[in-house]
Amino acid sequence: MTAAPTALRRAGRDAIVLLLFSVAFTSLLAASHGLTAERIRHVEQAAKEAQLAQVLPAGGFDQSLLPQRRPLAAGLLGNRQPAFYYRALRAGQVQAVVLEATATGYGGPIQLLVGIGRDGRILGIRVPMHKETPGLGDYIDPARSDWNRQLLGQGAAAHWRVRKDGGDFDARAGATISPRAVLATVQDSLRWASSQPQLWQENER
Amino acid sequence: MRWPIGKSELRELLFNGVWRQNGGLVQVLGMCPVLVMSNSLVNGVSLGFATAGVMLISGSAIAALRHWVPNELRTPIFILIVAALVTMVDLLFKAYLHGLYSVLGIFIPLITTNCIVLARAEAYASRNGVLAAACDGLFMGLGLALVLAVLGGLRELLGQGTLLAGADLVFGPAARGWVLHALPAGWDYQFLPMLLPPGAFFGLALLIAAKSALDRRAARRKAAP
Repeated sequence: MTAAPTALRRAGRDAIVLLLFSVAFTSLLAASHGLTAERIRHVEQAAKEAQLAQVLPAGGFDQSLLPQRRPLAAGLLGNRQPAFYYRALRAGQVQAVVLEATATGYGGPIQLLVGIGRDGRILGIRVPMHKETPGLGDYIDPARSDWNRQLLGQGAAAHWRVRKDGGDFDARAGATISPRAVLATVQDSLRWASSQPQLWQENER
Repeated sequence: MRWPIGKSELRELLFNGVWRQNGGLVQVLGMCPVLVMSNSLVNGVSLGFATAGVMLISGSAIAALRHWVPNELRTPIFILIVAALVTMVDLLFKAYLHGLYSVLGIFIPLITTNCIVLARAEAYASRNGVLAAACDGLFMGLGLALVLAVLGGLRELLGQGTLLAGADLVFGPAARGWVLHALPAGWDYQFLPMLLPPGAFFGLALLIAAKSALDRRAARRKAAP
């Protein structure tokens, strides 16, 4: 019965060592989180603001977009996650809105940012996230190709389908699922924006 | 004060890390980030340097603390140290290098699970001095970065005919013009197998074969008078 106390003592010592290491490194983590949290929040906001500004013409607004963030009703515009829209104000007047929308592509959800002007025309489109096949359906991403340039300036009057389906827009042969999804969602966004008069009112009453 | 590590030892560590025991080509460790992030030169080099940085820090930290770590608790404590350091690097990247962070994304936290970090902690840092372990970590990391750079460059060149695409995410918008086109940009050249995961395996296999061929030729030369 001499082995038991030493084994116990060893286990106790090991537990204390492990505890001390955990406490030391957790405090180190807490400290670095505390030191960087403020800056990370700042940087992320700036990145979001810059991303939103990409779908709007330069100089189209003179107020920060993030304070103009408003929630979109759940399930609207294909969004399965809570989504928002942003209002771009210049001289106190709403010039444009940026909508977060989600299309269902070939590889899964395609997240879209759709900029719509006061006149009901598309100002810009960005694709923050998609899972379309590289080299096939991913040309809907403006980082990959100029495909969605043809959507700029279009409004509700356009036929929001690919040419193959009798619409106004070109698509690459053999890869029409992704553009179909994007076009349908952009059309939904346009319809929704024009059906919401309060979107364009400064005081939102 | 005596420099605690000799010149020949240092040369040995460098040669081991970059060539003889290369993490990517010989030990074949840490393949998950290597295969995924090697689709372009910029991605590969970024991840390579991030890993080298983590290995430098984790090697020195583990060597410095090695006398306080009971033998049977080595693995959990090393994992704890590596994970904490990687999370700190992750936070720093997020705060100060946000462009690069958006490229590497999930793969910075995944450096924790990169076996090569823990393998070097176990095999080297737990038995050697701080400076030697720091050098070992750095050189092993640089060896991996070199593989990632060559593999990334190869896949980018064969896959989309460019080099340095995406440099603007690391160096700012000024770097947008750095992209080198092997073929006219208007051709829209793409060879998908190289960009998709199979290309990573083909490329890595080619590199491993090339390294073996070079080693064998060197051995033959040595043998022949």
